[in-house]
Amino acid sequence: MYDILKKRFLAPDICLMEVLAPRIASSAKPGQFLIVRVSEVGERIPLTICDYNPLAGSVTIVTQQVGASSRRICALEEGDAFVDFAGPLGVPSAFIHEEDEALKQKKYLFIAGGLGTAPVYPQVKYLHEKGAHVEVIIGAKTKDLVIMEEEMRQVAKEVYVCTDDGSYGFKGLVTEKMKELLDAGHTYDQAVAIGPMIMMKFVTLSAKEYDLPLTVSLNTLMVDGTGMCGACRVTVGGQTKFACVDGPEFDAYQVNFDEAMRRQGMYKTQEADADHKCRIGLKNG
Amino acid sequence: MAKIQANRIPVRSQDPAERVKNFEEVSYGYNTEEAVLEAARCIQCKNPRCVAGCPVSIQIPQFIKAIVEGNMESAATIIAADSSLPAVCGRVCPQEVQCEGACIMGIKHEPISIGKLERYVADWAKENQFSTSEKVPSNGKKVAVVGSGPAGLACATDLARAGCDVTVFEALHKPGGVLVYGIPEFRLPKEDVVEYEIGQLQKMGVTIETNVVVGRTVTVDQLFEEGFHAVFIGSGAGLPKFLNIPGENLNGVVSANEFLTRSNLMAAYDPESETPIYVGRKVVVVGGGNVAMDAARTALRLGAEVVVAYRRTEKEMPARIEEVHHAKEEGVVFQLLTNPTAVLGNERGWVTGLQCVQMELGEPDESGRRRPVEIPDSTFDISCDVVIIALGTDSNPLIGRTTPGLEMNRYNGIVADENGVTSREGVFAGGDVVTGAATVILAMGAGRKAAKSILEFLKIGIL
Ligand SMILES: Cc1cc2nc3c(=O)[nH]c(=O)nc-3n(C[C@H](O)[C@H](O)[C@H](O)COP(=O)(O)OP(=O)(O)OC[C@H]3O[C@@H](n4cnc5c(N)ncnc54)[C@H](O)[C@@H]3O)c2cc1C
Ligand code: SF4
Ligand code: FES
Repeated sequence: MYDILKKRFLAPDICLMEVLAPRIASSAKPGQFLIVRVSEVGERIPLTICDYNPLAGSVTIVTQQVGASSRRICALEEGDAFVDFAGPLGVPSAFIHEEDEALKQKKYLFIAGGLGTAPVYPQVKYLHEKGAHVEVIIGAKTKDLVIMEEEMRQVAKEVYVCTDDGSYGFKGLVTEKMKELLDAGHTYDQAVAIGPMIMMKFVTLSAKEYDLPLTVSLNTLMVDGTGMCGACRVTVGGQTKFACVDGPEFDAYQVNFDEAMRRQGMYKTQEADADHKCRIGLKNG
Repeated sequence: MAKIQANRIPVRSQDPAERVKNFEEVSYGYNTEEAVLEAARCIQCKNPRCVAGCPVSIQIPQFIKAIVEGNMESAATIIAADSSLPAVCGRVCPQEVQCEGACIMGIKHEPISIGKLERYVADWAKENQFSTSEKVPSNGKKVAVVGSGPAGLACATDLARAGCDVTVFEALHKPGGVLVYGIPEFRLPKEDVVEYEIGQLQKMGVTIETNVVVGRTVTVDQLFEEGFHAVFIGSGAGLPKFLNIPGENLNGVVSANEFLTRSNLMAAYDPESETPIYVGRKVVVVGGGNVAMDAARTALRLGAEVVVAYRRTEKEMPARIEEVHHAKEEGVVFQLLTNPTAVLGNERGWVTGLQCVQMELGEPDESGRRRPVEIPDSTFDISCDVVIIALGTDSNPLIGRTTPGLEMNRYNGIVADENGVTSREGVFAGGDVVTGAATVILAMGAGRKAAKSILEFLKIGIL
């Protein structure tokens, strides 16, 4: 059992939890994820790692309640526990292999969509500690759904917030903000986009116009997360890859997003909502 | 000498029409009376061919004799000397090509039902709480076992018997390897057989730590730093192969591992389970091994019409004969000499069929089986909404890649000699991760040999 040490809501439907998992806390690296189960009959649910503290043995996760399984996670309280908490899974971000000296010279742009802000945070934190220059665009539907802005400001040179409805920050999509920055002459060695698949697809199309190197992190369906089932397969550069062991991060320009989006829907109920809320976890109709 | 009984005592099983509607075990096994009658058929050969056919050389005539004499404790003890998972092996070993295939009675008559007798003894031992596993004083040596499939479990058992302090690390949330995620309930009951065996291991003092992915959560080097004196790797061959044909990523195409993991490990067949599974109306399973049979029979039980497409003939099918026989009884249709060339889909990206070509058998290949060759212009379609790919598996490269000095082969497996010794001192390996996908008994045998090597390495006398 993995105890929940702290829980708080970041937004009405988004909760952050610190969970006691010493092995993961001391081995997690930026870019990795984990798999949890809430009960003995529960699904294996992949979640991104938002932060980790090897000294305290704790790992931070952020969950948005959209489907049955994520609702069960958010219903847990401090003092409750996860029955299973496995990880860290996946390949860490490529930049962890770069020399500190090289990182100091580099400029990164992160594009975080909605809940994607959570996995962006440990990456930005890591790069900040290594002395890299990092800017972050955070996008959300509306002001209430902007998460972790304060934490991000502690580690990023610049944070640009965009909301679809203009209730906070820049009014418009992350792609528009990104274009604005690039058009204004900002340059970056590398960009990283994490968010809903549809957002990553459009960021990729926009970034291409500027020849901006771009990495994306794919949140596919998963079962085991260890390479054993192929539920997470995606086409990258014309080849089948398993997102859980070959990814989750890939060169954005090689990813077949349309296939990836279609495959995400494999177990959705027929009346699945059109606004691309992730409802993985519901029984198939 | 008693008169030869030419035919086997038949084994009772669930009626096919009934069992396709449930996940309960198909074969009931022998009761005591039947077991004794069947055991009495054995002519107690001086040079028993069955023993030579058994990968772990179980003293078969001796345990059979003990059954005839009604001394089940003795039968259980004789089997336990060579096998640590008799309730499993009695159910899933391919006996027809091992002990039973070699049995002298099989030349003129029916071979002795050795597998069913082994299962009888193992089930008897469980029901009568006759256990050969007890906790022994510690010898102070710590050994880490990676993977809790048959190889890991067998290795852990022998090490614990010798007094080692054993911790088994398992990536998934439940121990058992293929026994829990792959082989279905109707062939191998989880609670009664697999969980029971694992419970026995825990009784001997073995610790099982689940949710630990060695290579990610902790590396082999870190295990040594944690104070383990030796590491056994039995991580299996779990990476599913695909066909690499067009349409393979359409919605509705799954690997047998995914389908079976959803149904078995995640219990998706049970309405209580929160894990979804998609079966559609008509399923085509591609392959001819045990994995294909298990996927086909699971899909059948979940309500689909099922076709197995295999590129050779029934004779070459690697599945156990009993499984093929059961699958047919249950209504699985076999479409033989059939090789898929593309998965067909609709505009929404869902499967609508499988395009295949007709094959014929040509010259034998390196495996000795006749190689299937394509008949020109023989393309045809099978309509279906789910395609399950059961073509075999490769090893997961994770542990090899994260353990410096550990030699790997070109299939990402770990190189080890027949005693489980690898290129890295203190690291041992066995089972599917070394041989590629094979059998439970071979994995178990490899785990035991490695345990012996580990005890030698740790300079511990063998009990
Ligand atoms: C569907 C199916 C049906 C089969 N039917 C039969 C049959 O009827 N008869 C028969 O004899 N054989 C059968 N087999 C084959 C048999 O099950 C295998 O040969 C046998 O289980 C191999 O044992 P193993 O211990 O080497 O590996 P596995 O049983 O594969 O166990 C390996 C374990 O290691 C874990 N692991 C992997 N990587 C890591 C890691 N990095 N860290 C921690 N843990 C890890 C895995 O999660 C798994 O639990 C079947 C296989 C399948 C898939
Ligand atoms: S070969 Fe057959 S008859 Fe002979 S000892 Fe073995 S089981 Fe008995
Ligand atoms: S989730 Fe099963 S292989 Fe990736």
